[in-house]
Amino acid sequence: MKAKHKEALAAYLFLTPNFIGFLIFTCLPVIFSLFLSFFRWELITGDGGLFSGLKFVGFANFIKLLGFHFETGHLVANDPHFWYYLYNTVFMMLIIPVGILGSLILALAVNQKLKGIAAYRLIFFLPVICPIAAIAVLWKVLLNPDFGLINNLISKFGIFMGLDIIGPNWLSDAMWAKPAVMLVSLWMTVGGYNMILYLAALQGIPRDLYEAADIDGASGWHKFRYITFPMISPTTFFITIMSIIGGLQGGFAIIYILTGGGPANSSTTIMYYIFTNLYEFQKAGYAAAVAWVLFIIIFVFSRLYWKRGGKLVHY
Amino acid sequence: MIKQLNKRNIKKKMSKSKILKKVFSYLLLSIFGFTMILPLVWMVSTSFKEAIEVFTEDPLDWKTWIPENFLWRNYLEVFNVLPFLKFYFNSIIVAMFVTLGVVVSSSLAGYAFSRLNFIGRDKIFFAYLSTMMIPGAVVIIPVFILMRYLGWIDSYKALIIPAMFTAYGTFMLRQFFMSLPKDLEDAAKIDGCGFFGIYWRIILPLSKPALATLTVFTFIGNWQSVLWPLLVTNSIKMFTVPIGLAYFESQYYLVNWTLLMAASAMAIMPIVIIFLFAQKFFIAGIKLEGIKG
Repeated sequence: MKAKHKEALAAYLFLTPNFIGFLIFTCLPVIFSLFLSFFRWELITGDGGLFSGLKFVGFANFIKLLGFHFETGHLVANDPHFWYYLYNTVFMMLIIPVGILGSLILALAVNQKLKGIAAYRLIFFLPVICPIAAIAVLWKVLLNPDFGLINNLISKFGIFMGLDIIGPNWLSDAMWAKPAVMLVSLWMTVGGYNMILYLAALQGIPRDLYEAADIDGASGWHKFRYITFPMISPTTFFITIMSIIGGLQGGFAIIYILTGGGPANSSTTIMYYIFTNLYEFQKAGYAAAVAWVLFIIIFVFSRLYWKRGGKLVHY
Repeated sequence: MIKQLNKRNIKKKMSKSKILKKVFSYLLLSIFGFTMILPLVWMVSTSFKEAIEVFTEDPLDWKTWIPENFLWRNYLEVFNVLPFLKFYFNSIIVAMFVTLGVVVSSSLAGYAFSRLNFIGRDKIFFAYLSTMMIPGAVVIIPVFILMRYLGWIDSYKALIIPAMFTAYGTFMLRQFFMSLPKDLEDAAKIDGCGFFGIYWRIILPLSKPALATLTVFTFIGNWQSVLWPLLVTNSIKMFTVPIGLAYFESQYYLVNWTLLMAASAMAIMPIVIIFLFAQKFFIAGIKLEGIKG
């Protein structure tokens, strides 16, 4: 056998275990779920056969999901839930810039030669490695309106200020459920991956840039504005795009435990909607359609941002 | 003379502003640190308290933060009301086998992609890359249906097997293997070392940091996982720690917070211990991810 063929054979052997798994659990499912989005399939009606109950419906799932119709002279969405959940998802993403800014401030603070800095880093990072389920359970208790620590502190603060303040019913008030979820996810992620990425970027900035600026008598702010900020802009770009992608499909675990999507669906996200369609309503076809629409939203968002944001990066 | 004076002045000013900066830094760090650690401290303190103590606390009084009697029996009680040991067992089994599968399958494939020539290599690799951009939800739906069809629901198979092959792990190791120098391999080839020999005796030993990073990442990620185990487990005996905890919460939120906090603390403990030992690899992994972007 020629050496070339021997190498190719070896390569296929090396690849096989991973490739079979990839084919069955990633590649084919992607194709199958696209196919599924053009079908109605209520899993519960099947008789156990692989494709029993599968019914071709063309674009009906997408028309139901994205379409509008007239009802007594008003334009009404065919699936008003979807649009509301999309709004919820985007609303909760408003915390992303706050989180990124927070991560940058933490990274700047931690990027100093101070005693005990390693301990601080560890503390900031702690919430990230804790199982999300445990964090969510903890915060559900902390946010309890009557006996939770947060409202306890709020009313103590009120007494201190001489005001009569009562904390909100966080998780059982449709107005406060979204902010509560945002608060928890901010607490959970601010000291995590993004802080570490920023820290790595800060440590990669050449010292001599700052030394040159010192000679020119630049102030701290100027050094940040004209050296640090441009030098870490690739990281900012990366963090932002990953946060947008993550945010659009995020929040499932926290929301599942904190609010279950309630009250009155006020904290249901697109991802949660996919889960309920699949698991509770057993509508696999519709769930697949929502998932593909989510993919298109993510794709368009990241493409747009890639084009626009790419210009802001200094390499 | 004037020059010298000026210099001394600047030096003095600098050190003054440096001290100010230091104080400010510590203040900032402490405020943030306090906010991050306070909920966790509350959790641990509550987990040792009498159930009734929770409802009378005054958070501004430091005595509130120390349980009157340290009730270790809260932790024992959790094991009585829940098969928590079984949850631990399930989580460890699942995370261990998933991690093993990911590391083995990804390193084999990563070696083929980075070091061997074969027809269709770049096309297949591109297929791997493109699936990394597709949201998990798209993939989960058919895999869930497949699990039902195969009758794997409520079994370790469903928890472990679909998670064992990741495009991400393959991509990460391929990138790392690409960065290794080729000379050693050439020398080994001359000595008559086969492809598996090169993989086993040269590539793997040189890649210990990357393998460790992937191991820690996969293990912790799997330990955290909520959505997938929720979909594929029905009976309590198959729950992993997060699902067991969520179930416990749904039963005990209105009943007993101290037990709930003890259970949460127990869910957190193993992973914090692992993290303390493997911190280096975890941080390295995050940085690697950033470079990819």
